[in-house]
Amino acid sequence: MTETLPGIEALKLVPKAEAVQSMKDFKSDQEVRWCPGCGDYAILAAVQGFMPQLGLAKENIVFVSGIGCSSRFPYYMNTYGMHSIHGRAPAIATGLASSRRDLSVWVVTGDGDALSIGGNHLIHALRRNVNLKILLFNNRIYGLTKGQYSPTSEVGKITKSTPMGSLDAPFNPVSLAIGAEASFVARTVDSDRKHLTEVLRQAAEHPGTALVEIYQNCNIFNDGAFEVLKDKQQAQEAVIRLEHGRPIRFGTDDAKGVVRDPATGDLKVVDVTAENEAQILVHDAHATSPTTAFALSRLADPTTLHHTPIGVFRSVDRPVYDTLMADQLEAAVEQQGKGDLAALLAGNDTWTVVG
Amino acid sequence: MTSQVSSPAGQADSAEPRGDSPPGAAPLVKEIRRLDRVIIRFAGDSGDGMQLTGDRFTSETASFGNDLSTLPNFPAEIRAPAGTLPGVSSFQLHFADHDILTPGDAPNVLVAMNPAALKANLGDVPRGGEIIVNTDEFAKRAMAKVGYDSSPLEDGTLDGYNVHPVPLTTLTIEALKEFGLSRKEAERSKNMFALGLLSWMYHRPTDSTEAFLRKKFAKKPDIAEANVTAFRAGWNFGETTEDFAVSYEVAPATSAFPAGTYRNISGNLALAYGLIAAGRQADLPLYLGSYPITPASDILHELSKHKNFGVRTFQAEDEIAGIGAALGAAFGGSLAVTTTSGPGVALKSETIGLAVSLELPLLIVDIQRGGPSTGLPTKTEQADLLQAMYGRNGEAPVPVVAPRTPADCFDAALDAARIALTYRTPVFLLSDGYLANGSEPWRIPEMDELPDLRVQFAASPNHELADGTEVFWPYKRDPQTLARPWAVPGTPGLEHRIGGIEKQDGTGNISYDPANHDFMVRTRQAKIDGIAVPDLAVDDPTGDAKLLVLGWGSTYGPITAAVRRVRAAGGTVAQAHLRHLNPFPGNLGEVLGRYEKVVVPEMNLGQLATLLRAKYLKDIRSYTQVSGMPFKAEQLADVLKEAIND
Repeated sequence: MTETLPGIEALKLVPKAEAVQSMKDFKSDQEVRWCPGCGDYAILAAVQGFMPQLGLAKENIVFVSGIGCSSRFPYYMNTYGMHSIHGRAPAIATGLASSRRDLSVWVVTGDGDALSIGGNHLIHALRRNVNLKILLFNNRIYGLTKGQYSPTSEVGKITKSTPMGSLDAPFNPVSLAIGAEASFVARTVDSDRKHLTEVLRQAAEHPGTALVEIYQNCNIFNDGAFEVLKDKQQAQEAVIRLEHGRPIRFGTDDAKGVVRDPATGDLKVVDVTAENEAQILVHDAHATSPTTAFALSRLADPTTLHHTPIGVFRSVDRPVYDTLMADQLEAAVEQQGKGDLAALLAGNDTWTVVG
Repeated sequence: MTSQVSSPAGQADSAEPRGDSPPGAAPLVKEIRRLDRVIIRFAGDSGDGMQLTGDRFTSETASFGNDLSTLPNFPAEIRAPAGTLPGVSSFQLHFADHDILTPGDAPNVLVAMNPAALKANLGDVPRGGEIIVNTDEFAKRAMAKVGYDSSPLEDGTLDGYNVHPVPLTTLTIEALKEFGLSRKEAERSKNMFALGLLSWMYHRPTDSTEAFLRKKFAKKPDIAEANVTAFRAGWNFGETTEDFAVSYEVAPATSAFPAGTYRNISGNLALAYGLIAAGRQADLPLYLGSYPITPASDILHELSKHKNFGVRTFQAEDEIAGIGAALGAAFGGSLAVTTTSGPGVALKSETIGLAVSLELPLLIVDIQRGGPSTGLPTKTEQADLLQAMYGRNGEAPVPVVAPRTPADCFDAALDAARIALTYRTPVFLLSDGYLANGSEPWRIPEMDELPDLRVQFAASPNHELADGTEVFWPYKRDPQTLARPWAVPGTPGLEHRIGGIEKQDGTGNISYDPANHDFMVRTRQAKIDGIAVPDLAVDDPTGDAKLLVLGWGSTYGPITAAVRRVRAAGGTVAQAHLRHLNPFPGNLGEVLGRYEKVVVPEMNLGQLATLLRAKYLKDIRSYTQVSGMPFKAEQLADVLKEAIND
């Protein structure tokens, strides 16, 4: 009866692989050309390793990207792929996904590609809920153009284009996505393969647009940007792992937890005590209202990254654009009959000239 | 001669005796004159419904069998300030018992619904022309608003014209008094009263208008009946009032048309139908990615209505996403289209470049309007030719196809689709505001006359490596067309990656090799240069013309009308008209070389002339106009006569 689960529903039109696949099947013959030590390698390996779990015919999988380091990704996947132009991948993928419901379409993008030049396409893809899985590699820097600050860089970032420090406040991609009516929003980290893979699985099974922010280290221009989340010691206090249905606790021995402040309705971190243990927030990724998911996205300090939640913030069922589009086509045939070109061209007012 | 004219009511129900004349009025037998052609212009406020009135009169005229050509002319504002000159909206219709080519230079009849409409249009009406004027709107304030210090109806301004003063508003309200409508509601039907009057004057069939009104207002039967009543009242007014002593007949243009079934069609409608037909003939689903923009939006609206043909329409967040989605759909195997106007093309340029690099079929429909920037959104121009040709970074050649008349938009769309699908390339279809909104009779093609546009998707590996392995090379070309294979996702074994970075010939892998880039740039150019387009046909009946007039796009009508005038006056001129602007027809250089003088009229500052001079080193005489309005036949005839005598 697994066919009725929403996750399987999302992929039901995509043909299944005939044979068992392995990671090797998803490696293309192209030499990977990221800088040695780049976080992209880990993400690529995780995606290639995860794809066989989906069990989809690989010819029905398409990766579409924009421009930037991360956007070279499609070249390394032995699937169909398009390396397009800066910021436009969600638009191109929307055309592909809405015209071909038998495909599993993935967008690979970065913080500059998705949030700067392509911000408009990203928010509209999210609100439409097209059947796309968007992997946003966030390294908080421009890598391909050699080190300018990005729309997720912390204020005051010293870069080649901001020698006295950047002036603009950064986007929080998760907050932005929730604000843009996203039906699935998650965050994970390049170096945590297990977590990354689990988030990818949930994203793949989600019907509609899934946004996965992946914190990714650029060891050339912004090395160590997420060290606080990766260092085992520091991560204890910095990372909050969200799991649906579980109390939101973290820190050494789960000593800390997230509660709702009754005065403001906002969320805050507290030391868990016997008195407040019952008030610790239980994570509900399927909540209809995005309010709590948004509040969770605001817990992290943008500068220190303390109290950064990772995992699935929000995963709700909402009508999927390409399904609705296909339904309209079917309804039109039901209502008007299949299109008859001769009748259409003739219209209602004609006259005949006899030769 | 006289003949019985039946009233709309009589036509609606022929069993009913003609008893709808006002009580006591003696049945009049009025004079009927026969004309070979008439040009009518309806003019009023933008809220007066002049476009609808013109459309209805056009439909009546089309179903009567006249040849016709129309020119709607309206402001960009939805409701410009009432009663002002910029707020005037007009619709000109030329109809005849023979074949005609333009909406006509000067109207024989002007219907002026208010002082602004009179003032804005009077200059175009020759002395002796008929002017039907709505006297109710000529209050002092309304006249002062447009600078009439005294009433033009009384101060001699209209001396020499054949003026019919008609209190259209009052008569309409009077006719509708039994409907219990507010004054304002009743007034709205005054355009239908005017339409009824003109329909009587020119013996137009009226069934279709009544049916149209009942359908349009199906949810408000009261309003439907009020409009029908106003329409009939207008007809009856013409028939009974003594001011209108004469009505006119313009016989059907039976001999002007080849045998067939005809309808009236506008350029945008013909273009939309051409796209649907292309999808059917290619056996591919049609996908439109678009963003609303005047004057292209009607194509989006039209295609959105035909989902039962499997047509997907996507209204994107912006112009860039419109073409992006179309390109994505093309990758997936749809016949992909984006529709826009000049400012939208500017935004789409980068994606068009990507499509050139990806070598995927894609139609870019540009309904040109006045520019630069926002320019004149509702007026026509041909100034995007060089943008279509060159408006991209790098060497990015794109074929350009231009329809010549409203009905020709259908064939041009099929032709553009043929090129896109055969050569795996984006193609520009350059229509313009004049073609988009203008209309003319169209012989409806039989299904078996439509071209076969079916394509073969790649289904298997196309290359053998040295070690005998069979592989798929996405950039291994067809030696004839230089087109690359179209392998759509879902095809097993042909998984491949394409992108905007330069690709190695054959494999399609990223390549920065200098020699390969040089080869690829030249190959993409050679592919476009090698597109099969028919030779340019030249109309040179005497064979000894020294002067050639060469046009492209929507100037076909005025140029051809001008050529007729010149020839009728004894002048010798040859005419040719380009559909393919890139590549040019193979014989174009030879044709240009044959004539001593070549005149190229264009609604820009000489863009085609620039291309011709550069390519063929021919001294082109460029004649240009950028007024937002089409050329007039008389104006071009003078230019040609001057060139002949020069």
